[in-house]
Amino acid sequence: MKPTPFKSAFNQAISEAWSAGGGLVLPLAFFLGVGILVPFSVGVRPELLVEISSGIMWIALVLVTFVTMERLYQADLEDGVLELWVQERQPLAEYVLAKTLAHWLVAGLPIAILCPLLGLLLHMSVELLPLASLCYGVGSLAFFFWGGLGAALSANVRRGGLLIALIVLPLYVPTVLFGVLTIATYGTDQMVINFSFLVSTTIFTLALCPFMTSVALRISAD
Amino acid sequence: MKRISVFANPYRFMKVSKPLIPAIGIVGLLCIIFSTWQGLFVVRPEQYQGDAARIMFVHVPMAWLAMAAYTLMALASFVWFVWRHETADLAAKSIAPLGALSTGLCLATGSIWGKPTWGTWFQWDDARLVSVLVMFFLYLGYMALRKSMDTHQRAARAGAILAMVGLINVPIIKFSVDIWSSLHQDASVLRLDGPAMPAEYLIPLLVGALGYSLVFGCLTLMLMRSEIYSRRTEALILQRLEVE
Repeated sequence: MKPTPFKSAFNQAISEAWSAGGGLVLPLAFFLGVGILVPFSVGVRPELLVEISSGIMWIALVLVTFVTMERLYQADLEDGVLELWVQERQPLAEYVLAKTLAHWLVAGLPIAILCPLLGLLLHMSVELLPLASLCYGVGSLAFFFWGGLGAALSANVRRGGLLIALIVLPLYVPTVLFGVLTIATYGTDQMVINFSFLVSTTIFTLALCPFMTSVALRISAD
Repeated sequence: MKRISVFANPYRFMKVSKPLIPAIGIVGLLCIIFSTWQGLFVVRPEQYQGDAARIMFVHVPMAWLAMAAYTLMALASFVWFVWRHETADLAAKSIAPLGALSTGLCLATGSIWGKPTWGTWFQWDDARLVSVLVMFFLYLGYMALRKSMDTHQRAARAGAILAMVGLINVPIIKFSVDIWSSLHQDASVLRLDGPAMPAEYLIPLLVGALGYSLVFGCLTLMLMRSEIYSRRTEALILQRLEVE
C-alpha cells in the first residue's frame, strides 16, 4: 500500500529533522545552554532567578525555533523536492503541516517535556513545572508555525536565519505574553483565562499559517 | 474597482502624480508650519505638564501616521496580490520606510515627552508604547525581507504576504499587550485623558495631522516616482545591452 502524501512528507521530515544536526539532542542542548548562561549573566540570587525563570525559558524556546528554522525548506528547495510538491494535486498546505509538525515533534515537544529540568536549575517552584511544560508545549507549536512561515518566505535567501528572526519576532509577541501571564497567574482565576488565550493564539496560528506558508513556498519554488 | 484601476497604469500614474506632488507638498508644509507655530508660540502652556506638552503637536500626528501607514501598506499589498497592479506594489514598497520613520519618530518624541512628565524614557506597562514598538519591528521585518529578495517580483510577493499577515496580527498583538500591561498597571502614571481637549489645542493638532499626512503622501509619491524611474533605467540598460 502506498503511503498517503501527508504521511510520506511527515516521514521524510521526521528522518530529516532527526538526522540533521544531532536530531533531538542539539536543540535540547542549545535550550539548556541558553538557560544556563543566564545565572552567569544576571547573578545567582535565588529570589531573582525565581522571578525571571519562566521568562528566561520562553526566550530560550524562541531562540531554539530561530536556530532550527533556517533549513526547514531550504534542503527541499535545493534538491527539487519542493518543486514536485508544488506540482502535486495535493494541497501544498498538507505538506507544510506535515513538515512543521514533524519538526515540532523532534525539536519542540522534547523541549516542552524536558523543560522542567531547566526550571529546577533556575529555582522554579516544583508545583509550577507541569503547567510550565504544558504552556511551552502549546506555545512552541505556535512558534514553529510562525517560524515556518518565515522560513518559507526566506527559503531562497542565503543565511536567512537573521531575517527569519526579524520577520517573526513581532508575531511571537502574543504567544509569549499569554504564556508568561499563564505561569505568572498560577493558582488564581486568571490562570484559566490566560491559558485559554494562549491556546487560542496557537489555534489561530494553526489555522492561518499552513495556507500562508504554502503561498510563500510557491513563490520560493519558482 | 474602475477608480483604482486608473492608477494601475504607470504612465497615467506618472502624469497624475507630477502636479499632485508640489500641490499636496506645499499645502502640507503650510499646515505643518501653522501647527508648529501655534504649538510653540501661541498655545498656552498646559496646566499640569507646562511646556513639555507642546511636543504633542509632533507626537500625535506621528502616532496616527504610524498606524495609518501600516494599514495602507497592507491594503496596497492586498490590491497588488489580488489584481497585480504594479503601482500598488510600488506604493507598499515606498510607504514602508516612511512608515518606519514615523513610527521611530513617534517613539522618539514619546520618550522625550515621557522623560519630564512620567520621569522615564519608556513605560513598559503602557500598552500603547509597547504596541508601537512591536509595530516598528513589523516595518523593519518587511523592509529586510524585501531587501533580501533577488528580483522585484519575488520581493513584491513575499512582502505582500508578510504585510497582510502582519495586519491580521496587529489587533491580536494589541489585545495581548493590553491584557499583559493591565496586570501590572500602577496608578503612578500621569495621564492626559483628564478633561476633554479644548479647541485651542485641538485645531492646531488636527491641522498638523492633516499637514503631516499630506507631506507623507507627497513623499510616498516621490519615492514611487523615483522607483519607476529606476526600473525604467534598468529596462533601458537591458535593452541597450541586448542591441549591442
